[in-house]
Amino acid sequence: MTDPTTDPTDPTDPAADASTAETGRGEAAPAPAGPSRRSLLGWGGAGLALGATAAGGTAAALRTGGDARPAALSGDAVPFHGTHQAGIATAVQDRLHFAAFDVTTTDRDALVKVLREWTAAAARMTAGHEVGEGATGGLDELPPDDTGEALGLKPSRLTLTFGVGPGLFEKDGKDRFGLRDRRPKALVDLPAFPGDNLDAARSGGDLCVQACADDPQVAVHAIRNLARIGMGKVAIRWSQLGFGKTSSTTPDAQTPRNMMGFKDGTRNVSGTDTAALDKHVWVGEKDGPAWMTGGSYVVARRIRMHIETWDRTSLKEQEDIFGRDKAEGAPVGRTRERDEPSLKAMLPDAHVRLAHPDSNNGATILRRGYSFTDGTDGLGRLDAGLFFLAYQRDVRDAFIPLQSRLARTDALNEYIQHVGSAVFAVPPGVRDGDDWWGKALFA
Amino acid sequence: MRVLRSSAVAVVAAATALTAVSGCAEKSDTKGADTVRVKATDDKCEVSTTSFPAGHVKIAVENKGSKVTEVYVYAPGDRIVTERENIGPGTKAEITATIKAGAYEIACKPGMKGDGIRQKITVKGEGAAPKSDPELDKAVAEYRKYVQAQADETIPAAEKFAEAVKKGDLDEAKKLYAPSRVGWERTEPVAESFGDIDPKVDVREDGLEKDQKWTGWHKLEKSLWDEKKIDEDDKKLADQLMTDLKDWQKRVGTAEITPTSMANGAKELLDEVATGKVTGEEERYSHTDLVDFQANVEGAEKSYELLKPVASKNDAALAKELDKQFAELRKLLGDYREGDGFKAYDSVGKDDRKKLSDAVNALAEPLSKLAGAVVK
Repeated sequence: MTDPTTDPTDPTDPAADASTAETGRGEAAPAPAGPSRRSLLGWGGAGLALGATAAGGTAAALRTGGDARPAALSGDAVPFHGTHQAGIATAVQDRLHFAAFDVTTTDRDALVKVLREWTAAAARMTAGHEVGEGATGGLDELPPDDTGEALGLKPSRLTLTFGVGPGLFEKDGKDRFGLRDRRPKALVDLPAFPGDNLDAARSGGDLCVQACADDPQVAVHAIRNLARIGMGKVAIRWSQLGFGKTSSTTPDAQTPRNMMGFKDGTRNVSGTDTAALDKHVWVGEKDGPAWMTGGSYVVARRIRMHIETWDRTSLKEQEDIFGRDKAEGAPVGRTRERDEPSLKAMLPDAHVRLAHPDSNNGATILRRGYSFTDGTDGLGRLDAGLFFLAYQRDVRDAFIPLQSRLARTDALNEYIQHVGSAVFAVPPGVRDGDDWWGKALFA
Repeated sequence: MRVLRSSAVAVVAAATALTAVSGCAEKSDTKGADTVRVKATDDKCEVSTTSFPAGHVKIAVENKGSKVTEVYVYAPGDRIVTERENIGPGTKAEITATIKAGAYEIACKPGMKGDGIRQKITVKGEGAAPKSDPELDKAVAEYRKYVQAQADETIPAAEKFAEAVKKGDLDEAKKLYAPSRVGWERTEPVAESFGDIDPKVDVREDGLEKDQKWTGWHKLEKSLWDEKKIDEDDKKLADQLMTDLKDWQKRVGTAEITPTSMANGAKELLDEVATGKVTGEEERYSHTDLVDFQANVEGAEKSYELLKPVASKNDAALAKELDKQFAELRKLLGDYREGDGFKAYDSVGKDDRKKLSDAVNALAEPLSKLAGAVVK
């Protein structure tokens, strides 16, 4: 994947330029006031790159804090090792492949072996290297270790984020791997919410891996190779491709729009706000269990949008439903997107009003969702929506109360349906080459 | 590790090539075949020379015994290079064949039975095959026997099926359809290596080329289950199926089989399961996919068992994993048994199909490494 002859940080490299131009489109298309000072810093003032100075990309280079991941360009590698797993506070990449796995083996050692192999492969792939002994070479009689479709592609800010679901600890009343007592209290089975129409084949899972990258092929390659390594021990239960990130963790960047055409995730937890991350996202030492300190909990929901009926809805109703205007994204009664919303000015069932932390005793989640379109549904309707991903310190104080409220009263419910659901405990970061996904859990 | 190993192999291969070239130059003046004389009796197989140059070889056989005999030239692993049957007592026969350099055996089979009385011969000259591993040769020879036995057993089973079709007995034909395919499904990669037989006996409607007439099992399957009637054309197809299967039975012994092709064949059988059976595409009318599934797995396991002595020496962990996954898949398939056969695949739900698919992946992934473990 990495080509030593092209340096992605070299602004004179046309390849690097092209890749940043892409970020430019995704994250900061109509740059409001030309290149910022920050972006110039990131480039050392390289004039060539001005057209491509995506605030998101360069801002990421300047992020500091516990999870600082200086990934300036979309082609770069994001460090795999660290206190927290990458792919949570990391500046949101353009593409997603999220996979949930069932553990099919009953052998704890075999599972541990997969997790070790996964970690080694993840460290290699996120750095832009091929898996194992590579995609070519080796014995002619053997299939190559790496599947090869990422050859020649850049690391593309690939992050691989690993989580464990409730079923790993206990399934059908059985303590499968001697882990029952280690299950975090915060890893609850999500309650049924009003309006849920969950497909079991698109829900749950004993393990998950979230692959995010700026190149969809890099993300797909990562999941494909991990699935292959795991065959016989773990099997993919479901997976979801996503595009067009719907939330940003880089507030300087343009807020992306969801499939309904609205800016989504304006008030998200910033990846640079260490205080907010510690308060709302990272599991603290006192929260317990110890193996989760520095980790987080992720809720994944496949939210199907009734695209066609939404498109037939008047602009006024659309804006009322969200509580923001469509063009600027400004809250009702305000003029700019980032103006403080006046919740009382909005209709009582407006989405923003109901979802706002002030309406939920401060409950805050870090959103990292993506739009999806899985073609059409056989009735000629777009099978599209939001693949919602939310990271939080404890689902019991965050997603569950929030969704309980939204599911009952959100005006948006007429146009959406939750069709898939899963929750995972996301352990802290892999510290170094001796550490592996789940090591502290299995210790 | 692997890179080093493969370059070592390359060096050996290059050295072999050099030797072969110089060998050829030395022998160039002796080109042109002498006749090899074989005197066959009821208990002896005398060969006039055990070493002759590669190229066109003439073998003159004289049957001095009291029984009808046959003479075979076998390459390692009992691949038939050439053969002549029905050489009566007191008669002579001449066989001509192009034989590459390497080690061979000439066998006389008085009474046209058994493995025959064998003589080792060496054919010298260009393109000498690398020295073979006797353990692998044995595996290939055993597998060749298995493949032949599967073809031999298929003929009577298919005969019964064809008879039922020709009698117009719909129910009986349906009962005999799946069992008639088992031997074929167990050894399909070998049968497919001929290229012309598979499209006649095992093609599905969607696999037809333009202007290709649809013949074979699946056409009859469609008549029996989908159209629910047997017409005159079907009866002719039943005869045609037998003709084609007998052609397979006759030629299967000449197939090129190597340890690598055995290992890859095992993997291909699992590929067949993964792409055709798990999806229910293979037997879309009869829904007897699980019968084929079982036969594919059995055939793959046979190859593996024969290669295992070598594979487990080279990669013990792989052999252990393969033992485990074959056992698991066998066990899982066992859950779908019904009477003598299996549940109809259209009664196997989505969740169960997913389980079967996962189990196939679990086996096929390590199985894809078997060839590497054999050539190490």
